[in-house]
Amino acid sequence: MKMKGAQAFVKCLEEQGVEVIFGFPGGAVIDLYDELMRTKTIKHVLVRHEQAAIHAADAYGRVKGDVGVALVTSGPGATNTVTGIASAYCDSIPMVVFTGQVPTMLIGNDAFQEVDIVGITRPVTKHNYLVKNAEDLVPTIREAFHLARTGRPGPVLVDLPKDVVNAMVKFEEAEPIRMRTYRPTYEPHPGQIEKACQAILKAARPVLYAGGGVIHSNANEELTELAKKLDIPVTMTLMGLGGFPGTDPLSMGMLGMHGTYFANMAVANCDVLIAVGARFDDRVTGRIDAFAPHAKIIHIDIDPSSISKNVKVDIPIVADCKHALTAMNAWFDRAKEFDKKQAKEQHKAWHKQIAEWRKKHPLGYVEEKNVIKPQFVVQKLHELTKGEAIISTEVGQNQMWAAQFYHFNKPRAFLTSGGLGVMGYGFPAAIGAQMAAPDRIVIDVAGDGSIQMNIQELATARQYGCPVKIAILNNNYLGMVRQWQELFYDKRYSHTTLDVAPDFVALAKAYGAVGLRATKPSEVEPVIKEALKTKNTVIMDFVISREEGVYPMVPAGKATTEMLLV
Amino acid sequence: MRHTISVLLQNKPGVLSRVTGLFSGRGFNIDSLSVGETLDKETSCLTLETHGDDSIIEQITKQLHKLIDVIKVTDMSEHDHVEREMVLIRVKAEAHTRAEVLRIVDIFRGKVVDVGPKSYVVELTGDKNKIQAVIDILRPIGIQEIVRTGTIAITRAKKS
Ligand SMILES: Cc1ncc(C[n+]2csc(CCOP(=O)(O)OP(=O)(O)O)c2C)c(N)n1
Ligand SMILES: [Mg+2]
Repeated sequence: MKMKGAQAFVKCLEEQGVEVIFGFPGGAVIDLYDELMRTKTIKHVLVRHEQAAIHAADAYGRVKGDVGVALVTSGPGATNTVTGIASAYCDSIPMVVFTGQVPTMLIGNDAFQEVDIVGITRPVTKHNYLVKNAEDLVPTIREAFHLARTGRPGPVLVDLPKDVVNAMVKFEEAEPIRMRTYRPTYEPHPGQIEKACQAILKAARPVLYAGGGVIHSNANEELTELAKKLDIPVTMTLMGLGGFPGTDPLSMGMLGMHGTYFANMAVANCDVLIAVGARFDDRVTGRIDAFAPHAKIIHIDIDPSSISKNVKVDIPIVADCKHALTAMNAWFDRAKEFDKKQAKEQHKAWHKQIAEWRKKHPLGYVEEKNVIKPQFVVQKLHELTKGEAIISTEVGQNQMWAAQFYHFNKPRAFLTSGGLGVMGYGFPAAIGAQMAAPDRIVIDVAGDGSIQMNIQELATARQYGCPVKIAILNNNYLGMVRQWQELFYDKRYSHTTLDVAPDFVALAKAYGAVGLRATKPSEVEPVIKEALKTKNTVIMDFVISREEGVYPMVPAGKATTEMLLV
Repeated sequence: MRHTISVLLQNKPGVLSRVTGLFSGRGFNIDSLSVGETLDKETSCLTLETHGDDSIIEQITKQLHKLIDVIKVTDMSEHDHVEREMVLIRVKAEAHTRAEVLRIVDIFRGKVVDVGPKSYVVELTGDKNKIQAVIDILRPIGIQEIVRTGTIAITRAKKS
């Protein structure tokens, strides 16, 4: 079938099952937009800044467990996406970004709104394409979706010159994609599974260390099964939260720079560390030679380049986490030498030790009567949403408090810019999440600094009737940076005070949203309740104790056992 | 340690910059690089020399593999192989040195490919050591310009 490129573009999206796309038009994509008016199945969400389109697509993809899609124009539209794409790349988020481009005959001429976006985004995409020939349009779009959603997921960018989308192209039934150079390994090597299971069988002090890969591969149940079968304590990275139930007795919460005391102690003292879909990020490991120094390390990852990148691994398993964990569970079910009771017995002293650490320094904070503690706000959010909300975060202290105190029991409920740490991620992400799950409660736990980086999206939320709730933990500071200045720079607060701040309640009103404020602890619950009752977009402005810090904290470059505690 | 890595690539625009971008972005070294088409017009072969400890070389090969357009990565250092470079040298050749230059070129199985009134251009291929030896010997006579290719490499046939 022959049709216009723009029409084939829309047909490809339909064929890929795309229901929502986030975008912002311009001259180079006007033909695509013209065609988008005709589709009945795809909803387009008009954001107010292209960066927000990417974060929204990122969150949409995470919540749905599918590819998020964004469409922007050439030049500035394209460059505005870079931060969002880089964030999605760091967090391995499946996404396809379409950018408009000047007509092929003008490429390279410094034409109006021309940028080499393929060149710019090369290091922050899984792959990217400039479609120079109209006949490549359809196969390229299909390949882009295939790459985004398979293997280690990631963002893929497709740059579409204006003449290409105006040319007549062939649109044929999709065939299964076979790429000569790209065949991710899903199935684990049985020999490696055997080795890993034997090591686990002998362990006296095992720890499971779960990362975002558990969530991407939908391996949470398999992980839970393994942990329970062998009675192994579990710690999670920021990206892995929800991969194992946070309220389960086996959960030690998050590890790393702002991880719990007991999780960090457990990792430092374990004899077998089972890393599942995690990448030994420096925020997790601290000083590298002091990370799990006594442990035999097993690492399951679909990306071979993640293995032994930062920490030397003893038993590598290149595979999809779900497949590998399934194989391990099956191994233990079969193994004659495995006995559940005996495993429990074998780890008894270990659990006792962890319980002691837990008791010595539980996750906590100093409560106060007259000022609102940010941790208290997050605890209240947890309580009043029964732990079932989708939480997105901005970046900084707000992000860490959300991670520490909202105990996620399910995957795909915690959305944060983990690897890149983008201030301004949380609010557009909340909008994307709400689009993916219209019936869920979606809350952006925000900082007063970060929220201003994409505050314009209040208009988007209002336009589409997104009842997202923004909980600003307002300390009138760039709090996380201030905390570093307090601890490591003799309280020299260079440019971290936000001297002029908007009245967030009035700001909400200006957009037709609802603004609420709490200045005393007693007002926290009523404000949250009011917000949850409200069908509209709500900003909750919590005026919190200004100089509250996030603890525990491992100073950058120190061993994870050298924690500063509350 | 020095490694010669051979990378089979899809012959597409932008592929070379994916490879070089990977090296600069991750702080890996490229000591030399050469690229050319293979028998199959759709693929090209890139040979690069790099150095680093085992873990760096492991990362380099894994990261190269991860590029979507990369078909195959071979660390030649793990195989019995032949390596060659080529050099073009403009060397001073005046009445009293012309004969000597010719003699040296002959010993190293080089060729004179351009003759000027006061200079020769000498073409030579060989491994790194040989090229270096020629340069060292010609230097006292007066080298005016040198142009070198990167190393290319091919595996030897398996014995038996
Ligand atoms: C785009 C961007 N710029 C700068 C930073 C560095 N940074 C990390 S946390 C932080 C402070 C954030 O302040 P706020 O949003 O008020 O959060 P708080 O830490 O006070 O909770 C800054 C500036 C960043 N992560 N992202
Ligand atoms: Mg703040």
